[in-house]
Amino acid sequence: MRNAKSVAFIVAAAALLSACSSTKLQEAPKVEEKPVAQAPAPAADNREIRPVETATVDPLNDPKGVLANRSVYFDFDSYVVRDDGKAVVENHSAYLTKNKQRKVLIQGNTDERGGTEYNLALGQKRAEAVRKSMAALGVADSQLEAVSLGKEKPKATGHDEAAWAENRRADIVYQ
Amino acid sequence: MKKLHTLLFSASLLMGVAAHAQLKVEIAGVGSNQIPVAVAAFADESVAPEQVSAIIRADLERSGVFKVIDARQTISDTANVDLAAFKASGADALVVGSVQRLADGRFQVRYKLLDTVKKSQLSQLSDAVSARNTRLEGHRIADDVYEKLTGVRGIFATRISYVKQDPAARDYKLVIADADGEGEQVAAHGREPIISPSWSPDGTKVAYVSFELRKPVIYVQNLVTGQRTVVANEKGNNSAPAWSPDGTRLALALSKTGNTQIWVVNADGSGLRRVSSSSGIDTEPQFAADGQTIYFTSDRSGGPQIYKMSVSGGQATRVTFHGNYNISPRISPDGKTLAWISQRDGGFSLYAMDLASGQEQRLADGATEPSFSPNGKYIMYATRGGGRTALAVVSVDGRVKQRLSTQAGNIREPSWGPFMK
Repeated sequence: MRNAKSVAFIVAAAALLSACSSTKLQEAPKVEEKPVAQAPAPAADNREIRPVETATVDPLNDPKGVLANRSVYFDFDSYVVRDDGKAVVENHSAYLTKNKQRKVLIQGNTDERGGTEYNLALGQKRAEAVRKSMAALGVADSQLEAVSLGKEKPKATGHDEAAWAENRRADIVYQ
Repeated sequence: MKKLHTLLFSASLLMGVAAHAQLKVEIAGVGSNQIPVAVAAFADESVAPEQVSAIIRADLERSGVFKVIDARQTISDTANVDLAAFKASGADALVVGSVQRLADGRFQVRYKLLDTVKKSQLSQLSDAVSARNTRLEGHRIADDVYEKLTGVRGIFATRISYVKQDPAARDYKLVIADADGEGEQVAAHGREPIISPSWSPDGTKVAYVSFELRKPVIYVQNLVTGQRTVVANEKGNNSAPAWSPDGTRLALALSKTGNTQIWVVNADGSGLRRVSSSSGIDTEPQFAADGQTIYFTSDRSGGPQIYKMSVSGGQATRVTFHGNYNISPRISPDGKTLAWISQRDGGFSLYAMDLASGQEQRLADGATEPSFSPNGKYIMYATRGGGRTALAVVSVDGRVKQRLSTQAGNIREPSWGPFMK
């Protein structure tokens, strides 16, 4: 899955690069042949420099960058961002404060045990914990929405502690 | 043991009758003091696409209230019946009838309910129905028999809604079916989860939560026209819709203030206002029969417990005290009984509480998402077994249990529809 994503990213990046370069080529001055009989045009200043911006990769799309990790995990019956999730929250907060046009949906999840609606509310508590941490790091409220998928969209489909731990999670989803 | 064998045998006979059943009925217990009723085959009933007497027999058997005796003969509603002979065979009442094909293609279904003790007629019906409604007519006759012999309105002609899902295939359906699981119809279908269907009191609409916008949003769908209205799509979660008894309002759980709280909105999505105000989770609102009280789940004391409060706000009163995890309150139509899910000894069980006395009864284990039948006599719930979820029904006294198992797919989130005119 991760490999597939990387390939998709490389293809997308390549497409982006080629799109950029073709645009630049079209903007370059065209060479035209003119009749010799006409008065000679003033010679172009071959010491003139026309600057070009090179393509930049959005760090969000770097599969090896820190922003590739978008999941924050929680302990059983806990709704507090763990130490191992703090870096994830900080990295995305830093990106969002620099890129104020970007918005994220924070989707909270729970393990499969318990009622549908109560789990939805518990997942919301996890999403809200991440949202509050990001807001405290300066991300604007308009960039953040905390929601819950409860136990409805488990990433791990097993019925053991390993699967449950994987599903006690909030994901940062860019819109 | 012999009794159990007989029951299992008759249950398997019923399954044979309902060979194309979407859900199978399995009777795991019997009620005491069953009323013995003989059901005869209806005269000429083979002209109709459904065998009406078999539907009646299956319904009465399923209720657990009756001991159904096969009359082993065809008896028309116009026949002179030797009621003494039926009394001698143990039957207190006898169901007879006939089916006739009409010139316009419909079927005239006639039925009589006879009292073998008083040697009198208790009831009769005569209806002309379309071919597709012959099943429904059987349910209506069973409802009439049930009501005449018990004094309580029957629920055989009501419908249920539930969610059928195959997460691996990303296939989620909101399904409508008859109360016996027959006649499945898909009302909504998509690639994202659907949860918490709730049937409007007039039976024309279902409110539910769909994740199709990558978050929970509440819709009300008109079942007849297919028209959908977004009732709540506020920032954050929108979930747990529940109708007011008069159908004009919905109670909801919204997280627009950060934490999940109870709100009330008009059925068209206007007039949204907050009802509960706690710093924790308040969810799963349910209107009481009076339309003035809302029961809900809250974690304000730590773990989830059930509380009640006025729809106009104010103080909440705690209702459940045993166990650390009490969720999913449902109030019986007469307002006297609370059904809910409690986690005790590890598992999740269905409990009922008499609200006047506070007395609790454990009705079923491995249960979630309860829903009362409109006559208040049964509770449907989701149950886990064989690696998937299915629906089951238990009587409020806990004596009769049925499991409605399916051939394929996970079935959950049942909502029992209202009486229909």
